[in-house]
Amino acid sequence: MDWSFGLSPDAAWLVWTIIKTLVLIGGVLGVLPIMIWGERKVAGHVQFRPGPNRVGPFGLLQPAADVLKLVFKEDVVPVGANRVLFFLAPILALVPAFVVLTVIPIGPQFVVTDVNVGLLVFFAMSSLGVYAITLAGWAGNNKYGLMGGLRSSAQMISYELAMGLSVIGVILLTGSLSLVDIVKAQQGLLLGFLPKWFIFYQPIGFIAFVVAMLAETNRAPFDLPEAEGELVAGYHVEYSSMKFAAFFMGEYANMIAISCVCTVLFLGGWHGPWLPPVWGGIIWFVAKVSVLQVFFLFVRWTLPRLRYDQLMNLGWKILLPLTLANALVTAIAVALREGWLG
Amino acid sequence: MTPVFFLLFALMAVVGATMVVLQRNPVVSALYLVLVFMSLGGFFVLLAAPFLAAVQVVVYAGAIMVLFLFVIMLLNLQKDVDDGLHHAARRLFGWLLGIVIAAQAALLLRAPWALGPRGKEPPELVHALGNTQVIGLRLFGDYLWPFEVTSLVLLVGVIGAVVLSLRRGAPAGIEDAP
Repeated sequence: MDWSFGLSPDAAWLVWTIIKTLVLIGGVLGVLPIMIWGERKVAGHVQFRPGPNRVGPFGLLQPAADVLKLVFKEDVVPVGANRVLFFLAPILALVPAFVVLTVIPIGPQFVVTDVNVGLLVFFAMSSLGVYAITLAGWAGNNKYGLMGGLRSSAQMISYELAMGLSVIGVILLTGSLSLVDIVKAQQGLLLGFLPKWFIFYQPIGFIAFVVAMLAETNRAPFDLPEAEGELVAGYHVEYSSMKFAAFFMGEYANMIAISCVCTVLFLGGWHGPWLPPVWGGIIWFVAKVSVLQVFFLFVRWTLPRLRYDQLMNLGWKILLPLTLANALVTAIAVALREGWLG
Repeated sequence: MTPVFFLLFALMAVVGATMVVLQRNPVVSALYLVLVFMSLGGFFVLLAAPFLAAVQVVVYAGAIMVLFLFVIMLLNLQKDVDDGLHHAARRLFGWLLGIVIAAQAALLLRAPWALGPRGKEPPELVHALGNTQVIGLRLFGDYLWPFEVTSLVLLVGVIGAVVLSLRRGAPAGIEDAP
């Protein structure tokens, strides 16, 4: 069948890309309320209480009530704030996550664009995420906000290094920066029974990536930027109403985006047994990302927050050398396998 | 499609660059500079150099400008403005430099546009091997020594930063070490 409907190739491509992007963004925005409900339920049960259970069956309509509450709250802008930047920061918190999602191959047939530097697009966008938090902290003209913004910039810059180094092993094994190629390289079985996912080739890289992933999304135990006990709420202390909601959504959208990247890099993307490849691939992908989301929630309600010096020590003195050594060993192994050293 | 995007990015770059100079608030200036870097990344995409585009955003917009912003937010720039050169002197220097740059631009624009020397790889090979791979081969093959020298210079910078930051507020003992 002709999918271009008489449009010129350029126009057809543009229309299809826009449709695919909208489907993806709509899907993620639809999942966000479920994640927020899940977080509150997990938090409740971890603390031996039922969690939200009044609005709707099992409290499932609680997120809708939350959204209504946020919409009808007064949108306060502090007197000393820089109005433009104060408005820009929540948007910046939301956009990079969605840009990352456009390069993620969700199924064998479903990727918005297969950029041949897809992994670098992810790193570019995650490094832009720092702006949202730094600007939010600064524009509100609040000392707690500024402290939170500065902490978060320092934290994200430190852990971006470890994150970048932790995936070098995967790039070396694949020889490509395209996320589709990386998933394709994980097809098949290892030793006859293990799936050939990079988590089994790169266990250290995977652990380092997961730690950096928690730090990049400012989730507990790395939620120092908001640290309620010391900074009130950190960078979003001055935000209310829908601007606060944008930060809230941004955090969850970032969690989804970064879990997608982790799935693609280490957990074999759409590969999985039993199900037919085309639709089964999407199911497997969503299942793996969901497992990572639940992991995020359990970590948050299990581990206490790190102290600032512990955070920096972990990033610079443990993760960085570990990932460097991992990259070096992987490089030597690949060179030996390819016979470049002989 | 390409000319449309080129015009879009060109407009973004020129307007952004102008606003960097015109804005009074240094933080806003820095953010316009980020916009300029983003549109430069767009140009690289249009030139079929996706690796350079991504690296442009990662390094300039993502790393360097964040640190710029950091410094601008933490330093009291108004004090430097008040303590520095006299306003009239600064304006004079500005005009002089502006004239020099305008003259340079006029000279450059008078000569016909010349393409730089062509690379060894024909477009077909770049397409077959992949943009990133070709850059890697050239960088770690032909340009290995300049690359290593650059990394050495950066290492010196890192050590310098550590030494400078240790000088102030360091625990006793480290301060007096030779």
